[in-house]
Amino acid sequence: MRIAGRKITVKTVLLYAIVITVTIVMLMPFAWMLSASLKLSRDVFAFPIEWIPSQPQWQNYVDIWTKIPLALFIYNTSKLTIIVTLLQLLTSSFAAYAFAKLNFPYKNTLFLGYIATIAMPWQVYMVPQFLLMREFGLNNTHLALICLQAFTAFGVFLMRQFYMSIPTELCEAARIDGMNEYQIWARIMLPLSKPALSTLTIFTFVSTWNDFLGPMIYLTKTELKTVQIGLRMFISQYSAEYGLIMAASVVALVPVLIVFLSLQRFFVEGIASTGLKG
Amino acid sequence: MSISNSVIVTDGAPAEPRRKVAVLSKRQRKIRSALVAYSFIAPNFLGFAVFTLGPILFAFALAFMHWDGSNAITFAGFDNFWRLFNDKAFIAAFWNTIIYTVASVPATLLCALGLAVLLNQKIAGRNFFRTAMFFPYVASLVAVAVVWNMIFNPEMGPVNMILYTLGLDPKNMPGWAADRHWAMVTVILFGIWKNMGYYMVIYLAGLQGINAELYEAADLDGANSWQKFIHVTVPQLGPTTFFVTVMLTIQSFKVFDQIFMITQGGPGTSTLVLVYHIYNEAFISWDLGYSSMISLVLFFLVLAVTIFQFRRQREDEA
Repeated sequence: MRIAGRKITVKTVLLYAIVITVTIVMLMPFAWMLSASLKLSRDVFAFPIEWIPSQPQWQNYVDIWTKIPLALFIYNTSKLTIIVTLLQLLTSSFAAYAFAKLNFPYKNTLFLGYIATIAMPWQVYMVPQFLLMREFGLNNTHLALICLQAFTAFGVFLMRQFYMSIPTELCEAARIDGMNEYQIWARIMLPLSKPALSTLTIFTFVSTWNDFLGPMIYLTKTELKTVQIGLRMFISQYSAEYGLIMAASVVALVPVLIVFLSLQRFFVEGIASTGLKG
Repeated sequence: MSISNSVIVTDGAPAEPRRKVAVLSKRQRKIRSALVAYSFIAPNFLGFAVFTLGPILFAFALAFMHWDGSNAITFAGFDNFWRLFNDKAFIAAFWNTIIYTVASVPATLLCALGLAVLLNQKIAGRNFFRTAMFFPYVASLVAVAVVWNMIFNPEMGPVNMILYTLGLDPKNMPGWAADRHWAMVTVILFGIWKNMGYYMVIYLAGLQGINAELYEAADLDGANSWQKFIHVTVPQLGPTTFFVTVMLTIQSFKVFDQIFMITQGGPGTSTLVLVYHIYNEAFISWDLGYSSMISLVLFFLVLAVTIFQFRRQREDEA
């Protein structure tokens, strides 16, 4: 059979069938969430599933803002996420430049120290870290979470891997032209490393926005809480208000969806070029 | 780039900087360039040293102490270590972590590889499909776990409703998260669903690195798609598969959030894992020394996998 000049084989049909089925399975929970967010709680579990509610309850999306301080939680999370992401990008790419393009004493020892901690689960040192922060009086502050997440070995490693792939001759040429190292970093390395910066942005943004255990340990005051903790609080407080819970969940997903969709084209490129694939 | 151009133009024949360099001795120049390099590293390193390296060292020490966080610290020797062997919850958590790993790592890996091969073909809407598969990975865990709980609700959830309409006896219906025998399955399925998109992307990157000539040669030899997959794709993806296995294994040793949101380690101890036990001992019981000792066990598990990876990489290079 031919459609639009292309030969349609059994293999092609099978390929599409598998891909579409898997995609439906992967997206089903989101479709269900979206659909349930527009229903009355008593209709959420109606079976067969009514995917598009006949009477969409837009009110759910109005109510969630008054039942919990959702706007405040979003503000808190946005603040944390933006500060952490910017600090990560800045300090990681800055340090990575030295590791990739400069020579200095103890370079390999220091870098080994960084690498060694990448695989180290955060949970191994979360308790001493908590005690340290408590000692600094940082409990119930956003600063604690910023300190926790802004200086990672992973960021340095990722940026360094990418910088290694940029020809060193470029830096040497710039030096001959009279640029100092800071200028080379700002005007040559940073503009060239967009895929790596995008990858790091997605990783950091997503992990900070979605972080759960960190805020749970450090933030007990309601006015400091993040979306994830607020959402969980909401789930336990209004456990039977399924429609509202789903509406709040949708709201918590939107920012990540936006960042992800706008940066995702860099993603495969970023993973491929930074050697994250090993 | 007007700024950099102007720099190049004005400093094009920079008599001054060059003279400056010439005045410095070799030693001074070395110190100066080292200082510049350290200034690049310092902002990250200071934060990293205080908030990561320090606590890691502290964790090792704490494992050999008794402390409730407020009264005096006392030296415990190997008390915490011996306690591990008599702690039923720890033993359960240890084995559950292993079970979770053994079940979820191969399954996630195979799904990711299969999807990557499918989505590496030239099909319409390829980017949409890739994005869709990746989305669960970036989605907020709290939000998706609550949907998961609702979809797999034993009495009302659509999954059991579908099983019911397919003719399954309600008495034999899986109780999912609420059922001691099914709770781990629920958590594992959730983990596969959530993580496989990420490893698919890594496999896609790996597939793009395979030399097309190898496939052309296989075509000349008359190989079919399956033979090409087995004899070209799989061996060429060896390093990627190895990397994915190590990453997945380490990740599954650390599983916590999904268990906290779906089963809270229960029913009983059926989904209690190491990190969950660490969390309980530290922030519920305030037994900080003992919780650090469990952290140490987790650390050695990860270390073993990492050393194995290094060895393997060396062998590959040799």
